Amino acid sequence: MGRIVLDKVKKIFGDITVIPPLDLEINDGEFVVFVGPSGCGKSTLLRLIAGLEDITSGHVEIDGVNATDVPPAKRRLAMVFQSYALYPHMSVRKNIAFPLRMAGLEKAEQDRKVEAAASVLNLTDYLDRRPGQLSGGQRQRVAIGRAIVREPAAFLFDEPLSNLDAALRGNMRLEITELHQTLKTTMVYVTHDQVEAMTMADKIVVLNEGRIEQVGSPLDLYRHPANLFVAGFIGSPRMNLIEGAEATRRDAATIGVRPEHMTLSTEAGDWTGTVGVAEHLGSDTFVHVQLDDVGPVTARASGEISLGHGDRVHLTPDPAQIYRFDAAGSAL
Amino acid sequence: MATRHSRSAARLMMAPAVILLLGWMLVPLTMTLFFSFKKYLPLRGGDLGWVGFDNYTRFVTSSSFWPSVLTTLIIVGGVLLITVVLGVLLAILLDQPMWGQGIVRILVIAPFFVMPTVSALVWKNMFMDPVNGLLAHLWKFFGAQPVEWLSDASIFSIVLIVAWQWLPFATLILLTSIQSLDSEQLEAAEMDGAPPLARFGFITLPHLSRAITIVVLIQTIFLLAIFAEIFVTTGGSFGTRTLTYLIFQRVLESQNVGLGSAGGVYAIILANIVALFLMRIVGKNLDA
Ligand SMILES: Nc1ncnc2c1ncn2[C@@H]1O[C@H](COP(=O)(O)OP(=O)(O)OP(=O)(O)O)[C@@H](O)[C@H]1O
Ligand SMILES: [Mg+2]
Repeated sequence: MGRIVLDKVKKIFGDITVIPPLDLEINDGEFVVFVGPSGCGKSTLLRLIAGLEDITSGHVEIDGVNATDVPPAKRRLAMVFQSYALYPHMSVRKNIAFPLRMAGLEKAEQDRKVEAAASVLNLTDYLDRRPGQLSGGQRQRVAIGRAIVREPAAFLFDEPLSNLDAALRGNMRLEITELHQTLKTTMVYVTHDQVEAMTMADKIVVLNEGRIEQVGSPLDLYRHPANLFVAGFIGSPRMNLIEGAEATRRDAATIGVRPEHMTLSTEAGDWTGTVGVAEHLGSDTFVHVQLDDVGPVTARASGEISLGHGDRVHLTPDPAQIYRFDAAGSAL
Repeated sequence: MATRHSRSAARLMMAPAVILLLGWMLVPLTMTLFFSFKKYLPLRGGDLGWVGFDNYTRFVTSSSFWPSVLTTLIIVGGVLLITVVLGVLLAILLDQPMWGQGIVRILVIAPFFVMPTVSALVWKNMFMDPVNGLLAHLWKFFGAQPVEWLSDASIFSIVLIVAWQWLPFATLILLTSIQSLDSEQLEAAEMDGAPPLARFGFITLPHLSRAITIVVLIQTIFLLAIFAEIFVTTGGSFGTRTLTYLIFQRVLESQNVGLGSAGGVYAIILANIVALFLMRIVGKNLDA
């Protein structure tokens, strides 16, 4: 079980309101990702759920029980920190066993659970090392191991992959997703990387300045962004947002076209412009074009195309894939 | 500083400082060694020639040697115990966010800037005086007989005075160490179900262990040499004669320079053993 409900949760630091009253439901077994720009309150929200920060008003419910005044240790939540927060003077074995030891479990039982967790996480060979003698990815796995031995109601992750290099991050992303599929425990995951959010989440919560902009499945958010903020945040490269005559022509204050929803041609098209930079990734090419009447946009072409700085190109947006937004930024 | 030329120029320019420091250290050291092998009684015949290791054997076989070693150990150990325990507690306290933190920290450090002679005299006359001292008034207030601190509880009194002087040093070093503790580790332990005392025992204390070792070793070197505090309070009587004080008495009160010098050489060897440990630990700290 691991159902978490936030009811009008509010957090004020000094005189800054970091989280204005916020409601959110996290269902049992769900993988929920909080995503948003730096400083938008993702970590704060996670720490409020964990109980590491006091809630200014409102309440948190875990499995139907009001947990607002329950101390962190009693909430049956396990947290994986960005810095891993391993205990440097204890071996990997002792690190993983620490929560069991604190719970007063028998030594044999502790050992059994530690061995089991270590074999799931490929840590068996490293059990007697100190955290300082491990690589970043291994430390990350120890931190996860320390969380899973507790068999918590839910896991909380605060940007667990941000200290790893790109290749390792890709691997760990898969490992955590697989772990979720085997354990089927609720996971709440904080990141500012929208690729992590898109690939891992069952449900994404997009935060902006402490407010929830939209909640939904990754493809939901991709296909139907509720407002300009979500439209600009989800998707890579970013959606092109165009104002002015082109938008007015479609009865909107702003229109949005994703780079992948434009056809690139050297002969004819709706919009004409000059290529600035073409980024060749091999599988795709991202072309940054300065359109004559519309302004700068990015377009995606699959495969390799031989375009370079200064070339004239034509772009045609797919009419079915144009997003329209009103003056307040909401989707029409 | 890479070329051979610039390196030799650097050496040349550092030479005066190095030579001065070496002279400062070597002259007294050589003189101590020199006198320790001589029978030298300034008021009773002066230089009476070489005596080999005679002074060394006489120093350790004298009846006051072992008691003075014991006194030294008690004083050093007592001060270390008090400063480390209170230092850890004070450091944790000062690490908490509170109003007026800056001023409180300066106040805590203040005793370190008071000269040993002055602080010992203040303690002796203002606190521990059996007639006019504050402690005597306190005792009388509760209807008790004032304690004659410096004669009845002489060693304890000296430990108290010296600990008061060294507490700021211990607190300062331990405070910087506590501030370098990653707060996420404490939060992780809290979520893992560790109550405050367990968090202290399993996370904070191991984190402090290196700082504590350094405090212990540095203080030991200085505490082995405390002198002024004893000189102005008990003058070495009532069982407060430490090794350092014994050397002083041999040289100045018994006017036996040779015997005192031999004691001095023992003290140098002892201090160097502690310093060796200190350097190895500090070195390890820099590697880690
Ligand atoms: N203890 C605190 N006291 C005062 N303000 C705080 C405190 N902790 C966080 N804040 C403020 O709350 C806001 C949200 O911080 P938070 O750490 O939750 O951001 P975040 O979304 O996790 O950002 P990042 O992606 O950079 O980690 C920030 O403006 C921050 O300055
Ligand atoms: Mg954060």
